[in-house]
Amino acid sequence: MLKIAKERLNELYAAIAEAQALVLPLKKAGEVNYGAWAEGVEVSLETLKTVKSPKDMFFPQSENMMKFKTEGKNIEIIDVRGEKTPTVLFGVKACDYKAIEVLDKVFLADPVDTYYQSRREATTIVTLACSKPEESCFCKAFGIDATNPMGDVTTWIDEAYLYWQANTEKGESLTAVVSALLQEGGEAEVAAQQEKTTAILEKLPFSNLDLSRFTPENLNELFNDSAWEEMSEACLGCGTCTFVCPTCQCFDIRDFKTNEGVVRYRCWDSCMYSDFTLMAHGNSRTTQMQRFRQRFMHKLVYYPSQNDGLYSCVGCGRCVNKCPQRLNIVKVIKTLGGKKND
Amino acid sequence: MTNETLIPKVGVITDIRKDTPDVKTFRVVGTDGKKLFQHMPGQCAMVSVPGVGECMFSITSSPTNEAYMEFSIKKCGCVTEVLHALEVGAQVTVRGPYGRNFPVEEDFKGKDLLFIAGGIGLAPLRSVINYVRHYRENYGKVVIVYGARSKDDLVDIEEIKTEWMNEPNTEVYLTIDRPQEGWDGNVGFVPAYVKELGLDPNMTAVLCGPPIMIKFTLAGLLELGFDKSRVYTTLELRMKCGVGKCGRCNVGDKFVCKDGPVFRMTELDELPDEY
Repeated sequence: MLKIAKERLNELYAAIAEAQALVLPLKKAGEVNYGAWAEGVEVSLETLKTVKSPKDMFFPQSENMMKFKTEGKNIEIIDVRGEKTPTVLFGVKACDYKAIEVLDKVFLADPVDTYYQSRREATTIVTLACSKPEESCFCKAFGIDATNPMGDVTTWIDEAYLYWQANTEKGESLTAVVSALLQEGGEAEVAAQQEKTTAILEKLPFSNLDLSRFTPENLNELFNDSAWEEMSEACLGCGTCTFVCPTCQCFDIRDFKTNEGVVRYRCWDSCMYSDFTLMAHGNSRTTQMQRFRQRFMHKLVYYPSQNDGLYSCVGCGRCVNKCPQRLNIVKVIKTLGGKKND
Repeated sequence: MTNETLIPKVGVITDIRKDTPDVKTFRVVGTDGKKLFQHMPGQCAMVSVPGVGECMFSITSSPTNEAYMEFSIKKCGCVTEVLHALEVGAQVTVRGPYGRNFPVEEDFKGKDLLFIAGGIGLAPLRSVINYVRHYRENYGKVVIVYGARSKDDLVDIEEIKTEWMNEPNTEVYLTIDRPQEGWDGNVGFVPAYVKELGLDPNMTAVLCGPPIMIKFTLAGLLELGFDKSRVYTTLELRMKCGVGKCGRCNVGDKFVCKDGPVFRMTELDELPDEY
């Protein structure tokens, strides 16, 4: 294990940013989100939950896919995909890192989404262990260890040092770039922090949610449960939960006419919106209850059923904090997840 | 860079046939004059007019047609409205093929086949019917029941009359919803007609049409003694990507675009009722 004194972190950022892009949590306009490092920015590693997850590093909120030039009856398709800048994504928490694994199973499954893949391959991920989990955190319920995230490099931070451990070849390469700044040591401090954090995680109110009822065999029983009506009653259909969610992957593809032809882009979409499934001849989900149910059934039953039991929720708790109506996946799990939630 | 399924190819419309007041069949080839790609009966493709939008359509021509692909498209929304206004020579973009096809080489082989279609529901079935006709010796008896609102709404009636009706070991039954001058065939809805015909329940059946027609026809078939595991249909839901990623056509643990659109009725029984 390696370490660097906290007051020298700016030197570390500068050294990384010299060779490639560096993206990390920045405080800007009163909120913390992932952004590109530059001299003078306010880095906020200690912020537990960035407003948006880092998913738009790989799956941007909006991205151009191709262009069309039309001349008379002729159409020319222009591929706008270019080489992606090598990037270091720094400070990713265990939940958000797990969410990237969830997204990988969607976008890297055959046929591979090359827009996602090119960004993913150009990125080295440096994770940061949590030391002060909050009450809205429930990653533990999904088997995630917030004290020991994976990634190309894992880091831990305490009052004095940032501790550094490379896990992959990409991680070793990055370590080589900054090795002059790092010194040996930190095993004992990291172990002590992990023990302390584990004890906190153990006591968090949502850490031991019972998910046992969410199995493929119960799919129809859960779908038909009468509790959905009451649970979804207050839902505004605003889609905030899907936009802050690190695993929500639904997207729309649309065309935009510009002076230089048509741009086809994709952007995040939400299954909470009434026109998400609207077709010329009808809509398969005509009530907010159906749309609310779809979102949670997908995360807790449909996705796991397609992906060897992996849940499409990582317990980051953003929806718990952000829903204007105080609805969230915890309430759904408590209502439908299993007897131990009672 | 590697191939990207979401980036289409340019297609040229070489023929437009007006089938009914609101259905046109578009013949499409690549800019090199050749067929854009191979497919199997029941598979779909994304057709787009850049600047307007992209929609999923079933490929109505048979894969055995080596020269071109055809799409029978009903005018019912933004994209189809613009498609219907296009002329021969116009270009569109096409990507595909997408989805699971009818099991023509597996389950259908050697079987007696019953095709039941309503209105534009004939579009996906035409592909499989013409495939079966091409490899006629591989299949048993073929029965086709096709209905529409009126005689003017029967899609592809020329091919049905001149080719399908003259095919050996093939029966074609047509019906329209209400009596109409110049029509001496059956009058009545498809589900009722299917029951009247007293069809052999050992046939493998394929249904496509409006949801209400499918529902009542299926009930009728079950009454006649058909086995649900040998009844197939093809679903239609909103789609954007076609490859199970955009999330739009998700029903239960299936994506209609990649796990369907062709489903066995017994498979649909396991899905939540949301399609």
